[in-house]
Amino acid sequence: MSRYLLIESRDPWESGDSRHFYDLATDLAAKGHDVVLFLVQNGVLGVRKGSSSTLVQKAVDAKVKVLLDDFSLRERGIDDGERTGGTTLSNIDTLVDLLADGRKAMWH
Amino acid sequence: MRILNVVETAYRGTLEEQDDTVLWLTAALKGQGADVSVLLRGNAVNYLVKGQDSTGLAIGPVTLGHPPRLDEDVQKLTEKGVLVFAVREDARDRGLDPGRIISGVEFISRTDIADLLEKFDQVWHW
Amino acid sequence: MSKALTIAIMDAPYESANTTTAFRIIAAALAKGIDVNVFAYEGAVALAMKDQQPHANPVRGTTVEQEDHPTTRAFIAGLLALAQEKGARLQWVNCGLCVDERGAGNWIEGVRRGGPPDFLAMVEGSSNTLVIPTR
Repeated sequence: MSRYLLIESRDPWESGDSRHFYDLATDLAAKGHDVVLFLVQNGVLGVRKGSSSTLVQKAVDAKVKVLLDDFSLRERGIDDGERTGGTTLSNIDTLVDLLADGRKAMWH
Repeated sequence: MRILNVVETAYRGTLEEQDDTVLWLTAALKGQGADVSVLLRGNAVNYLVKGQDSTGLAIGPVTLGHPPRLDEDVQKLTEKGVLVFAVREDARDRGLDPGRIISGVEFISRTDIADLLEKFDQVWHW
Repeated sequence: MSKALTIAIMDAPYESANTTTAFRIIAAALAKGIDVNVFAYEGAVALAMKDQQPHANPVRGTTVEQEDHPTTRAFIAGLLALAQEKGARLQWVNCGLCVDERGAGNWIEGVRRGGPPDFLAMVEGSSNTLVIPTR
């Protein structure tokens, strides 16, 4: 089992490539790997419960650990109550810890 | 250390640079002895098509002297021993003609990418 | 291997949110005492250009002083100072060919010229590498 850190900086509607990045996260988790998906910048735009994207929910359901950059959420006015359930508020310090821990890291 | 360079965005500054900067970096790293491979996905699968032609471009009086030959650059990587993978569905979605694809590339399914990543110590998504 | 991170960046100043996030990551790592290597590739070589100047904002009606417009070179200088303060090492390497084609050779102190061999050396000497691509 390997440990992965997938960092999504783009919103899910921007391009089909974002959907494939989420698919990669769920594929890795389905194979038993430890996957953290860190949403930052416009990547947090898919987090609102009321949005038309189901990608974040699917990731959560697939046991991907979905972390949200607190600054990116605040910058975009996304309140705690709006977040998809099962996601975790996080920050850049945690991202650095995950990187320093040696997780295989990919930025999209 | 086994490195996989994932190239997803094609034609990004390739005319001014006269090459793809990630394929170029891959060749440079290979030349330094790095164990580096490439995965082409998204629109970057189009790099595999023979017959791409960007000759004749001129911006006013300034002409593009050495237009990029991206399919040849990928071919050269394979000849140098760089493993080049490409996502089959991305090629199919874009209607790439299998008869016009360069040789030496291994196509994989999107669902195989997770397994491919396991073969590398570092995966750099450009 | 001691903990060090290598980060490759590509975006030119003021073009992408990636740059600010990269700065945040570097700052957080340095604050933890983690050495950081930065390989500035393509447009990112312009981040350290010494000739950057803050400006006024005619739309907001502010003066240069009032606008207090950040420059990326100031952020980098700040990161270099932070590294020193925390006893960590920040290596900032500009890809030389990228510098040449952009005429971006006049950079702040603490930055140096390099190329793919430097990037590979950084990677091999780090516990992890993160590539932050441009679009």
